[in-house]
Amino acid sequence: MPIWGMVIDLDRCTGCGGCMAACKVENNVQVVPPGEALKGRGMHWLTILSRTEGEYPDVEAVLQPDLCMMCDDAPCTKVCPVHATYRGAYGLVAQIYPRCIGCRYCMAACPYTVKFFNWTAGEEGVNLSSSLNPDVSVRPKGVVEKCTFCYHRLQKAKERVRAEQREIAGGDYVPACVEMCPAKAMTFGDLDDGESPVSRLAASRRASQLLEHLGTEPKVYYLSKRDRNV
Amino acid sequence: MFKPDPFKDDTLFEPIEKTGRAFWLIFGVSFAVFVVGLGYYVQQLRNGLGVTGMMQPVTWGFYIINFVFFIGISHAGTLISAILRLTQAEWRRPITRMAEVITAIVLAIGGLHPIIDLGRPDRVLNVFRAGRLQSPLLWDVTCITAYFAASTVYLFLPLIPDIALLRDRKKKFHWLYSFLSWGWKGTPAQWKVLNRAINIMMIAVIPIAVSVHTVISYIFAMTLQPGWHSTIFGPYFVVGAIFSGIAALFIVMIAFRKAFHLEGYLKEIHFQQLSKLLLAMSVLWFYFTFCEYLTGTYGGEPREMTTIMYKFSGPYAPFFWTMVIFNFVIPMVFLSNRKLRKVPGILIASIAVVIGMWLERLIIVVPTLENPALPVMRSIYIPSMTEIALLAAAVAVFVMGFLGFSKLFPLISVWECQEGRALSVSETSERIETYLPDAEAQHVRD
Repeated sequence: MPIWGMVIDLDRCTGCGGCMAACKVENNVQVVPPGEALKGRGMHWLTILSRTEGEYPDVEAVLQPDLCMMCDDAPCTKVCPVHATYRGAYGLVAQIYPRCIGCRYCMAACPYTVKFFNWTAGEEGVNLSSSLNPDVSVRPKGVVEKCTFCYHRLQKAKERVRAEQREIAGGDYVPACVEMCPAKAMTFGDLDDGESPVSRLAASRRASQLLEHLGTEPKVYYLSKRDRNV
Repeated sequence: MFKPDPFKDDTLFEPIEKTGRAFWLIFGVSFAVFVVGLGYYVQQLRNGLGVTGMMQPVTWGFYIINFVFFIGISHAGTLISAILRLTQAEWRRPITRMAEVITAIVLAIGGLHPIIDLGRPDRVLNVFRAGRLQSPLLWDVTCITAYFAASTVYLFLPLIPDIALLRDRKKKFHWLYSFLSWGWKGTPAQWKVLNRAINIMMIAVIPIAVSVHTVISYIFAMTLQPGWHSTIFGPYFVVGAIFSGIAALFIVMIAFRKAFHLEGYLKEIHFQQLSKLLLAMSVLWFYFTFCEYLTGTYGGEPREMTTIMYKFSGPYAPFFWTMVIFNFVIPMVFLSNRKLRKVPGILIASIAVVIGMWLERLIIVVPTLENPALPVMRSIYIPSMTEIALLAAAVAVFVMGFLGFSKLFPLISVWECQEGRALSVSETSERIETYLPDAEAQHVRD
């Protein structure tokens, strides 16, 4: 069984935000009304972190996509009181929306700040019902959600490989952000397969993980010539 | 054998049998505040947590702060009462009841706060259906329900002889007191069982109380967040809880001493002894705070320093330094000086400590969340009217609960005071005899 992982090449990333938009549309992430967004309740399963480096005139913007790290030792799943977030098949950290009680403990525990709470119901925001992705459930207010590595695409891929009577493999699906990336900075695949591009890149000398020292063992790697991340 | 007299200590029964205008005024105002709070809560139920001031990344606000704060206050009671009973402190007799009532009421209020905080309170029973015992929140559920059960039993047991006294006075609510006194006749067998039961509960309640605030600190300490992930959080929270609990007990004692004319029961000695305990807790609190921040600052780990500087000199500096003044400087000034250690001084110090401990809960919960590790979108948490109204309503429920209790049961344990008068002088002098060095033994060695 593949262990899905992602490598993001920051030396290739242009910071265009394509991944962010693709993710939002693909996953029916709530479009929060402007007033709410101003209060700090904007929702993006994938955000782009930014920081400036150096002194004028040698200033450089450092941009880094930030999404659920699918930690092998996830701080969020440890603290959930009702098993609504857990580390499931393929090593993916999953959310069960109909079970979540909305205590937001997982959000407080997540060092990457990639979990989001539905402060208001989606329909109170901008109405996008005609353009929703039918493969992804719309979350009700009061529950926590986050990036799923486009699990619905994985489900479809599983159906397909079953029809083709073979085992699922690394290249059988990619999440929407990876598919969208125009700079080909994102690579997705099976970390368990030593020959796959993703595991070769993850083993490269440029590779690092976010907040590695916490021991959460993320399955998202970053490649950068810089000696550190954002 | 000791037998309490229902027609003595009329001062203690008076508030139950006579109700003044001030009672209705205070009760009415509290009820109004409660109704407003209820209105805001209904609105929150309908519209979701969007009506609060919480957002990304500050996903915990007033409700969690108040939860920790109220559960802390609840340590006033049962723990102090149990420790004083256990150590046979004779001066405890008029204090224990009030302390136990604080615990029962505040624990009910505090225990409801996590449910108010839920995004989906309709699914709260999932905690039983799909509960994970690995989650510190489940530890809380377990410990708080155990503490609530133990402390209400511990409140009720010593109340039984007093309820029997009320029944024997044959004034109002005779049917209620006959029912609640459970056929108490004061036979030697009944006294033996009652005293044993009180002793068992007294011992049981101490570890439960300590566990409650320890696991509340674990909610924070078990995460990897700077400012939370600390090994001393368990004892630090317990100390803070007992500290704020004693202060709350003082406020209640002083208020009811004045209102119910209990000067003959709550005397100088009670204030002196208990204020020394408050002073000791203040010093202990300072010690823990000092340890917590010194280790963080000395190591100077960047993420740790961000939250610490946020409290020392950043946006939370006014709250932080007010907390230090209220929790340490003011109690030190008022309680270590014999001239100031009188009822007004103690009242000022107690109010300062209660506010200071609330601020401590605030600066534990919010600054860590406002400083996420990564440069994500940040916001400053400002509570909404809903959260402020619900805090006011929680205080109002406390006032109503206490006033309600005072109209049904005596706030000072009548039988324990009478028992003290009848027995403690001889018992204590006998006990002191046993402490003294043995003259005979000394002689033999010579």
